[in-house]
Amino acid sequence: MTRKQRRLTLIGAAGLVLALAAGLVLFALNDQIVFFYSPTDVAGKDLTAGTRIRLGGLVEEGSLEKGDGGAVSFAIIDAQNRLAVRYVGILPDLFREGQGVIAEGTLDGEGNFKADNVLAKHDETYMPREVADVLKEQGVWQGEEGSTTQ
Amino acid sequence: MSGAFSIAELGHYALVLALALALVQSVLPLWGAKTNDERLMGVAPAAALASFAYVAFAFTALTIVYVTSDFSVKNVWENSHSAKPMIFKISGVWGNHEGSMLLWVLILSLFAALVAVFGRALPKSLFATVLAVQGWIASAFLAFIVATSNPFARLEQAPVEGRDLNPILQDVGLAIHPPLLYLGYVGFSIAFAFAVAALIDGRVDSAWARWVRPWTLAAWMFLTAGIAMGSYWAYYELGWGGWWFWDPVENASFMPWLAGTALLHSAIVMEKRSALKIWTILLAIMTFSLSLLGTFLVRSGVLTSVHAFATDPTRGLFILIILIGFIGGSLALFAWRAPVLRQGGLFAPVSREGALVFNNLFLVAATATVLVGTLYPLGLEAFTDKKISVGAPFYNLTFGPLMIPVLLAMPFGPMLAWKRGDLAGVAQRLSAAAIAAVLAVLLTLVLAGAENILAPLGVGLGIWLIAGAIVEITDRIKLFRTDFATSWSRLKGLPRSAFGGLLGHAGIGMSVIGIVMVTGYQSETITTLKPGETAEIAGYALRYDGAAPRTGPNYREDVARFTVTKNGGAPITMESAKRFYEARNSGTTEAAIKTVWFSQLYVSIGEWAADGGLVVRAYYKPMVTLVWLGALVMSIGGLVSLTDRRLRIGIAQRARKRPAGTAPEPAA
Repeated sequence: MTRKQRRLTLIGAAGLVLALAAGLVLFALNDQIVFFYSPTDVAGKDLTAGTRIRLGGLVEEGSLEKGDGGAVSFAIIDAQNRLAVRYVGILPDLFREGQGVIAEGTLDGEGNFKADNVLAKHDETYMPREVADVLKEQGVWQGEEGSTTQ
Repeated sequence: MSGAFSIAELGHYALVLALALALVQSVLPLWGAKTNDERLMGVAPAAALASFAYVAFAFTALTIVYVTSDFSVKNVWENSHSAKPMIFKISGVWGNHEGSMLLWVLILSLFAALVAVFGRALPKSLFATVLAVQGWIASAFLAFIVATSNPFARLEQAPVEGRDLNPILQDVGLAIHPPLLYLGYVGFSIAFAFAVAALIDGRVDSAWARWVRPWTLAAWMFLTAGIAMGSYWAYYELGWGGWWFWDPVENASFMPWLAGTALLHSAIVMEKRSALKIWTILLAIMTFSLSLLGTFLVRSGVLTSVHAFATDPTRGLFILIILIGFIGGSLALFAWRAPVLRQGGLFAPVSREGALVFNNLFLVAATATVLVGTLYPLGLEAFTDKKISVGAPFYNLTFGPLMIPVLLAMPFGPMLAWKRGDLAGVAQRLSAAAIAAVLAVLLTLVLAGAENILAPLGVGLGIWLIAGAIVEITDRIKLFRTDFATSWSRLKGLPRSAFGGLLGHAGIGMSVIGIVMVTGYQSETITTLKPGETAEIAGYALRYDGAAPRTGPNYREDVARFTVTKNGGAPITMESAKRFYEARNSGTTEAAIKTVWFSQLYVSIGEWAADGGLVVRAYYKPMVTLVWLGALVMSIGGLVSLTDRRLRIGIAQRARKRPAGTAPEPAA
């Protein structure tokens, strides 16, 4: 093979691998990503039961109930809507009523949300970013910029 | 108080002086290299060493105000507490934005100082240019610290007590993880500086690769250990028992690792065969660019996580400008100057070089998928307001399939000959490894059942890698094909880097087995236990004995005690705790972990109910420690290679023996 042919082989191989990677990425981006919604987004959309989403908002005051074997239920609210959440597991250390939370899971078709993962903030001084954005958009919460950097 | 007062200010002045020196280091040596002025070029090592000394002084000053709990310094007040144990007072220095940037710059200037000390045998203009490029990076980041992130800022009135460090960060993990990670991240700056210097010089040869390879190897070794350390820290500290979340912050360190792994391999080709020059230069630029991107993602507050200590738009913008400047600038330089570099040796597609190109293509493609997965959500949100998250399912479909060919082909690479290899011959010599892999698949199927077919195949893949790495050595020493004494003397005659390669490849195999076993066969139970009640997990009986309060230095905790027995064997005691840190009004859960061989029993607790019932989440994680042990073995492999005589960083000694090898004549 001449130098030119070898180089073409190399470029061809590189092109094939990159095309494979691009194909996989496009396929996975269509299929395997999870959208973030607030309770109001969920109410406004016609999501089919079983669609995986991340639901974010505030934990409604007084809504937390604990059942047997680690089963818990609580409600996630934003300015206009609320959605009941069921979860089996240990809630994060910084899960509190009245504070921001993100639950990942699926809608059961009867207006309930079945979470298999609940994320609270890592630190008491800030909210999950998506939740903060939603609440700011709805004008409920002005942000705690003052406290984040102090 | 007055002594402490001056220390913080001195630290601040030292930073400003370090910045001034870094600027000198950025400009004068480069001018000297251009005009062939030896005095100007000679400024470079002196400026690099002095700059390092000032940054080290500033870092020491910050450590002193932390250790003495001087709460008049804002940074100390925000992140420390007088009752905090000494180790966390020290590690708290980098447990915040300002301090961690200072650590970043400290390590950067340390590397520049090391180049200044060990690089005297380099061609003079290359030496000066490399240090000048290091100076650009140091100037940018020192300016960033001085302008936006002064760790020495004072409060007008000194509070009596500090606000303590985020409890999650109060762990030995924090003492080790960031320094290791930064040694890796920032260590790639040397490869970058060499790449840019080669482009400016318009000349690159195998001496260049001999220089770049040990530094890259050292950086890679630290990064490997740092990522593994971070993974294990998240595993035991966050209480979910997860060891990798494909979190953007994790990806930020994983992408430079992937690119750095590719760079390590392409540098071999360049050193031994003078081929792939342009590609190696590009990889060196990409690897450090990904390090910078990682720093941007983590430090700018674009992503909010435990790593983004604070969000301040000016900081984000500043780092973004640094990022664009360095990546854009170096790529433009590459596009302009790369055609000047001379082409290297020829090789057939089936050859050692070909195998390393195969490795590089797939590693770079895999890096690209991680990059897309990390940046796509940010881009989508910026342009469409849609918020998405990209998690494990995405990477399982993209990153996973791209890694499988690399892993399958890995044992072939080191056994193929340079220039033109014999694939069939190598396959035959690898038959022992293939047999071991098939046996491993069958054994796993017999032991674990056939419900899960992917996991046994994965275990087989891991064994293929380990056995393949061993076969490479036994093949080289002709074990069983000649008498034992000859094999032994051949073994002793092998270069250290051969064993480094063995450990590197076998370590990947170990990690693969760990990942596959814990993903495929982990068991989990969640239940409420009252004192005296027992839960079952993977054949273990877990009895909850009760809870007791305990007081730590800056927290109090409720400790739940468990007694674990298996088939009536000796009982083991495990303790899981809920900690509460008063100063921060927040807490952590300390998981109880018991290691049995390579597997772990992991118990995490929730809240207590009024009737004394406790929510208990227990996992049995088979072979999970192999995930990190494999990474540790890889890292040790890097260290073993570094001690190879032919690859020593202190290349000066060798240069005395073979001056012609390291100071080549200019290319005609």
